[in-house]
Amino acid sequence: MNWTHWIVAPVVLPLAAGAACVLLERRAAGVARAVSIGTTFVLLGVALYLAGVASSGTVHPYLLGNWKAPFGIALALDRLSALMLVLTAVVAIASVLYARGGGAHGAHDAKGLHYHALFQFQLMGLNGAFLTADLFNLFVFFEVLLIASYGLLLHGGGAARLKAAIHYVGFNLAGSALFLVAVALLYGVTGTLNMADLSQRVAALGADQAALVRAAALLLIVVFGVKAALLPLYFWLPDTYRAAPAPVAALFAIMTKVGVYCVARVTTLIFGDDAGVATDVADPWLPWLAIGTLVLAAFGTLAAVRLRTLVAYLVIASAGTLLLAIGLGSAATLSAALFYLVNSTLVAAALFLLVDSIASGRGEAGDAMIPAPLAYRAAYGVLFFLFALEAAGLPPMGGFIGKALLLRASADQPLMIATWAALLASGFGMMIAVARAGSTIFWKAADANRMLTAAARPARTEGLAIGWLTAAMLLVVLNAGPMTRYAESTAAQLLDRRAYIEAVLGAQPVPPAWTPREGMKKP
Amino acid sequence: MELMVAIFVGVLTGTGVYLMLRARTFDLVLGLSLLSYAVNLLIFVMGRLTVGRPPILDGSQAPTLANYADPLPQALVLTAIVISFAMTALLLVIALVARSETRSDHVDGEEPQVREEGR
Repeated sequence: MNWTHWIVAPVVLPLAAGAACVLLERRAAGVARAVSIGTTFVLLGVALYLAGVASSGTVHPYLLGNWKAPFGIALALDRLSALMLVLTAVVAIASVLYARGGGAHGAHDAKGLHYHALFQFQLMGLNGAFLTADLFNLFVFFEVLLIASYGLLLHGGGAARLKAAIHYVGFNLAGSALFLVAVALLYGVTGTLNMADLSQRVAALGADQAALVRAAALLLIVVFGVKAALLPLYFWLPDTYRAAPAPVAALFAIMTKVGVYCVARVTTLIFGDDAGVATDVADPWLPWLAIGTLVLAAFGTLAAVRLRTLVAYLVIASAGTLLLAIGLGSAATLSAALFYLVNSTLVAAALFLLVDSIASGRGEAGDAMIPAPLAYRAAYGVLFFLFALEAAGLPPMGGFIGKALLLRASADQPLMIATWAALLASGFGMMIAVARAGSTIFWKAADANRMLTAAARPARTEGLAIGWLTAAMLLVVLNAGPMTRYAESTAAQLLDRRAYIEAVLGAQPVPPAWTPREGMKKP
Repeated sequence: MELMVAIFVGVLTGTGVYLMLRARTFDLVLGLSLLSYAVNLLIFVMGRLTVGRPPILDGSQAPTLANYADPLPQALVLTAIVISFAMTALLLVIALVARSETRSDHVDGEEPQVREEGR
């Protein structure tokens, strides 16, 4: 298994599967669906294999088109990329299984054309964004995942989705324009867009370029803040996530983490601790904005009158926590962030699926926080309780371990008081919000007659999808020790930018097996 | 010449942002288009403004930026143009469908309750 091209497989596989789905879906929708589900499982296998490769601690570069970096586009696989790939695949499996489910309102993926094609293209964009080592290539993968997400958000149609889509698309197009401005400024100052090369050249810039490069760096953080839902830029998120079909919202849970991933990548690699005039350029801003995000998101959970809005604010709160940990910027807070990232992504996806399943069994009440008869109350209640514990950060679930790690790691930071206050207060607020939601929906409601609500019986794959995510969460808690060690070594690797630079810039092109000029010569 | 291009970029960005902040979908589309023109111009200029220099090496001169134009921003700007074109088309379609579905071209899908004075 020493085939070097495995690194590009997470990008190529969904591309091929998506193209196949476009061709197949009109003739044989069942085959297209099977291709999509099969590919997602294969992706998990590939991601796990790559995680095994990356766990050796070296950065594995891959030269697309066989051009030496920084002249061609390079991909790079390190522990963080591998972790994100595995997480994406795990969430994607739950999402695609749930989309296949029947339920009361018919399968989500049968409500319009192209569901599985768009789904695969979105996975391609996500995986590409996690793997690339080139800033412009990152922009391209952002656009791939965004344009697929626009289609997925609108899947099934309806006025509410259209309204959300106009805000979402307009906002993200403006964000893309800013991304290009930042990329152009960085290219104008340094003459390169390869992240490893950028890292070296930004560090070597003179004071006369300081204003331009700092402006470009902060613009980049703004763009990633749009994706990650940072304080002044998160207002698109609640409506969008509420309007999106449930399996799509579950997949979007990983999309906010793309922003978080990119912030972590550029603030350690390019604008890190020894980046010359751009050293720690985001440090005065990021933690405070993240604290603001966290606090407002906690208020949002308390004010939510619909379950899906509540879950959307929980997503924002997790993004705030993550950005706070990354903004503090020490190795310990970074590793706490990585541990928390896994848990918060899994629980956000699981909650979106669970809430949709509950809502479709409650008839007209839907996901509104009012008592209404509900079938399978006990099963739903236990799952909701587990996920609520995880999301609010209470023991024994992994969210608690992540927050505890972060509290311990920030104890020696200058922002310790603000960090602890924000984390504990917002955790308390979220706990009240989920407790209130749970008691309204499960305790005040009567047990619905199962015979009458036979149509509301959740499809087998829906249960399978939620069970899959629950199993993944429990697996993380049970393996908290190894997971913490993996997060620690990932954080150490992130902060060791030398190794990344040497690996990417030192990658040698493969000597050609056959050169066209030589091969076409007449013997 | 740099000053002229810089002013162009500034004016395009300013009008683009102004139009984007208006609450009608057509203004939003126009604003985003103008903003993307400004961005494309900026990317292009970031390769430095040169006149009469080819971007492709032909072997007649030493391969330095003194003799040749930087080809990379030109490739980047081409990608950016294609992407922004596709995105604008998509937004236009969404705006049209939203207009017919909600009977309003307001970005919120409904007219605001309180009309401003003098309208």
